[in-house]
Amino acid sequence: MSAPAENEPSGARGPSLLESLRLRGVRKTFGSLTALDDVDLDIPRRGTTVLLGPSGSGKSTLLRCINLLERPDAGSIDFGDGPIRLGGRLGARTVRSVRSRSTMVFQQFNLFPHLTALGNVTLAPIHTEGVPKAKAEARGRELLEKVGLGAKADAYPDRLSGGQQQRVAIARALAMEPDVLLFDEPTSALDPELAAEVVAVLADLAREDRTLVVVTHSLAFAQRVADKVVFVEDGKVLLDGPPKDFFESEDARLRRFREMVSSAV
Amino acid sequence: MWADNLPRLLLAALEVTVPLSLISFAIAMVLAVITALGRLYLPGPLKVIPWLYVWIFRGTPMVVQLFIVFFGLPNLGIVLPAMTAAVVTLALNTGAYASEAVRASILSIPRGQFEAAQTLNLSRRTTFSKVVAPQAFRIALPPLMNDFIDLVKGTSLVFAITITDLFQVGRQIAAANFQPMAMYTLVALIYLVIVSALSLLQMVLEKKVSAHVRTS
Repeated sequence: MSAPAENEPSGARGPSLLESLRLRGVRKTFGSLTALDDVDLDIPRRGTTVLLGPSGSGKSTLLRCINLLERPDAGSIDFGDGPIRLGGRLGARTVRSVRSRSTMVFQQFNLFPHLTALGNVTLAPIHTEGVPKAKAEARGRELLEKVGLGAKADAYPDRLSGGQQQRVAIARALAMEPDVLLFDEPTSALDPELAAEVVAVLADLAREDRTLVVVTHSLAFAQRVADKVVFVEDGKVLLDGPPKDFFESEDARLRRFREMVSSAV
Repeated sequence: MWADNLPRLLLAALEVTVPLSLISFAIAMVLAVITALGRLYLPGPLKVIPWLYVWIFRGTPMVVQLFIVFFGLPNLGIVLPAMTAAVVTLALNTGAYASEAVRASILSIPRGQFEAAQTLNLSRRTTFSKVVAPQAFRIALPPLMNDFIDLVKGTSLVFAITITDLFQVGRQIAAANFQPMAMYTLVALIYLVIVSALSLLQMVLEKKVSAHVRTS
């Protein structure tokens, strides 16, 4: 059932990371709906990849498959140390190992409401990675400082604006020190003003040569920070290239999408 | 008359009603959490076990359960002291009801909380103890206190299996002094005081677990 993992000569698996992480043959169906139709995609390291596409195109599903929040039916992912099968039944260790490579920032933030900003950022380092509390908190404060919320470390999420909550969520993801940061429509639940705060943080991260994958409806964001634009429709990658390929494309569907999204505001 | 009888009633409350309530409720809470987790997370067919338990203990009157445990089980060779039989029955009965409050509270945790725990690679155990339990506790607290209060009042049935609890002492005094109105009113007031203490406890706990929620 599952697609054969990509065959690489085993001797070629050096310790150095691939220049991109590679998704191959990623397939996901929900009942009779094919959300992802054998998607192949290379995500460049130290770059920002923006996934665009109409609602229901499969772009969020693709992002979620990278973190195994959605379990693909078939496919593999290669972070540079050999392809890992994503389809079929996966052992708990495989799941943990795949998840440890990437961390998701959600549209609805999903902060833990019973923990302070700092508590949100330090929970996983302390309880999953066994980092001593004092060290995790020092690092957590640094990260909150980085997203402009140093003064809010002791505030509960309920006391923060949406933009602040999303920035805490970004700090929480950064605390995991993942290879790849995944953003699922990070500004869609925010007013334009608050979205701008979050976009500023994202732009900072993009400048730090981190690997970011961002699902968004914002063409402005794509234009500003993307190194690569991937256009997804009906579970297939329709375009995959530098931003100008997308913005200057004469393809009728891409033009229609650009017009639709820009007029929607 | 009050001065003579009040100490006897209070003593029965302190020696029987209160400890019986506390011990039974503590055991009921353990049963409730195990049962709720079983109904949510046990693999398919095994879910029947906690479901059957809740079905039986919610579906039959507590006084009948008391009689089965105390008077019925000896027929099967299981003889329990009256207090043990009372604790077993009250705990099983309350545990069945409370498991539904616990289950509802866990079901009320938004899916996004579980996804956040997953993306942070939290183990199932850490997810439960650090993410789910603290949020669920706040939601389950009011209905659980309801069950606790019901349990306290339910202890008044144990006179039927020979235990001299607060209500039984009241009955004895009323039978001797022919003042049932005064005696049972006094008994009722003592239950009311005990339950008021629980209501107060609920207020304090609710405030404590709601520190993160903006109320204004």
